Amino acid sequence: MTLLTDAFTIVCVSGGLFFFLAGAVGLVRFPDTLARLHALTKADNLGLGLIVLGLLPQSDGVLSATKLLLVWAVAQLGGATLSQMVARVAKDKTSKS
Amino acid sequence: MADFFFIAGALIVAITAVGLFRVLRGPDDADRVMAAQLLGTGGVAALLLAEVRGTRGAVDVALVLAFLAAFSGVAFVNASLGEGSGDNTSEHTEDDALN
Amino acid sequence: MNVPFGFDASLAVLTLAVAGYAIAVRESFAAVIAFISYGLLLALVWVRLSAVDVALTEGAIGGGVTGALLISAAAKVGNGVADVSRPLGRVGKFFIAFLCAVITIGIAVAFLSLPESAPTLAPLAAEHLPSTGLGNPVTAVLLSYRAIDTLLESVVLVFAVVGVWTFASDHHWGGAPESPGRDRPEEPLVFLGQILPPLGILIGVHLVWTGATEPGGAFQGGTILAAAWILTMVAGLTKPPSIGGRWLRFALVGGPALFLGIGVAGFVIAKAFLAYPEGYAKAFILVIEAGVTVSIAVALGLLALGPPGRRLP
Repeated sequence: MTLLTDAFTIVCVSGGLFFFLAGAVGLVRFPDTLARLHALTKADNLGLGLIVLGLLPQSDGVLSATKLLLVWAVAQLGGATLSQMVARVAKDKTSKS
Repeated sequence: MADFFFIAGALIVAITAVGLFRVLRGPDDADRVMAAQLLGTGGVAALLLAEVRGTRGAVDVALVLAFLAAFSGVAFVNASLGEGSGDNTSEHTEDDALN
Repeated sequence: MNVPFGFDASLAVLTLAVAGYAIAVRESFAAVIAFISYGLLLALVWVRLSAVDVALTEGAIGGGVTGALLISAAAKVGNGVADVSRPLGRVGKFFIAFLCAVITIGIAVAFLSLPESAPTLAPLAAEHLPSTGLGNPVTAVLLSYRAIDTLLESVVLVFAVVGVWTFASDHHWGGAPESPGRDRPEEPLVFLGQILPPLGILIGVHLVWTGATEPGGAFQGGTILAAAWILTMVAGLTKPPSIGGRWLRFALVGGPALFLGIGVAGFVIAKAFLAYPEGYAKAFILVIEAGVTVSIAVALGLLALGPPGRRLP
């Protein structure tokens, strides 16, 4: 049983790492603000989400698992709002130029 | 297992540090905000991994950082970038002549 | 093990690089963003040094209140360069750099020549922990062993707010500061301002309560509460309060006053100033923390808002 949860954790955390890497590479290499925003949200969403998912079986108790999910939820709310605001600024800029 | 978490955490910080490169290049403040956000989310992930490895209270730091990354990112975009959007009635001083 | 050292060294180099960038860059907003990133990295450094309470404070202050302060300052100053009437010549700059280098080397030498096992009061602090009823030695130091320092700090905050208020012009006195939000805030921001502050209150109260046994404390919790309050104003959901308001001033002063009152009462109920009676230490500490948290939240929020600029309605 422990082996199964450990394997699950390793798979999820590695997946999260992959999305963080994709997000960082996208942030540096994409040509345009909106494209970079797209990359960032993948890291925020899936990267952190997969890591939280992978760490859930490792936590001791419902309370700490809920805390992990709360961290992810707060990060999601902030990231989503920020993306909308940055996207609007970028759209305004491209429509003006 | 603990080693794996440590290496994963280290890699995340390294990866998001790469994104910091975008802070240097810009060209816009929007890109810099996004790079800071990525670093913030990476830091949160690294802290969650540290908590599982045994550091007590790291998840609280992660919670605080997630909350404040949201807060400061939003405050930053609101103050610096939204000049064209919305009605801005805050009084900017008349003597930023180089603007 | 090589990996932890490599990680710590990279983290240190990264922190220094971001700090250097924050100083070197010319645009205000870029510098502010770099400073906030620097605070975040520093919080990670503190966690690596096993000082989680300090990491909480660093993240809360650096990312939260100081970040908001710097953002509004940068918005007012703009991206211009300072207009210096008599700029420092090369000799002057070299002289200052030389002095800074001397000081840095002096500190490094002093630090490296410390004895191998540094003299520390940690065992003594841990030994007396049960008498305070707390489980977190940092909170015990802040609110029991060195409570006088915390009392003075909370009073200093009140003075800082008064100092900021003195920047108001006479006819604005008693009015409210400008709102950090815009007249027509965007929908996502309003949504965030409705969802996040209640979570912030939850997090802040949790930090204060759990500070008794786990890392946390009044200062960290109060800072989160202040950030939640500022967020509601940035989203345009509440208006900045007028500084003449009685409740506001009561909330601002209440914490330090309560602290001072309990301290003076210590003459009567225990044997000295700021002493707690046997067995009731934890209760007193929690009461003090509750008061101080509210005052800190109000004070930091007011500091971030700045002096009043709106005429009294």
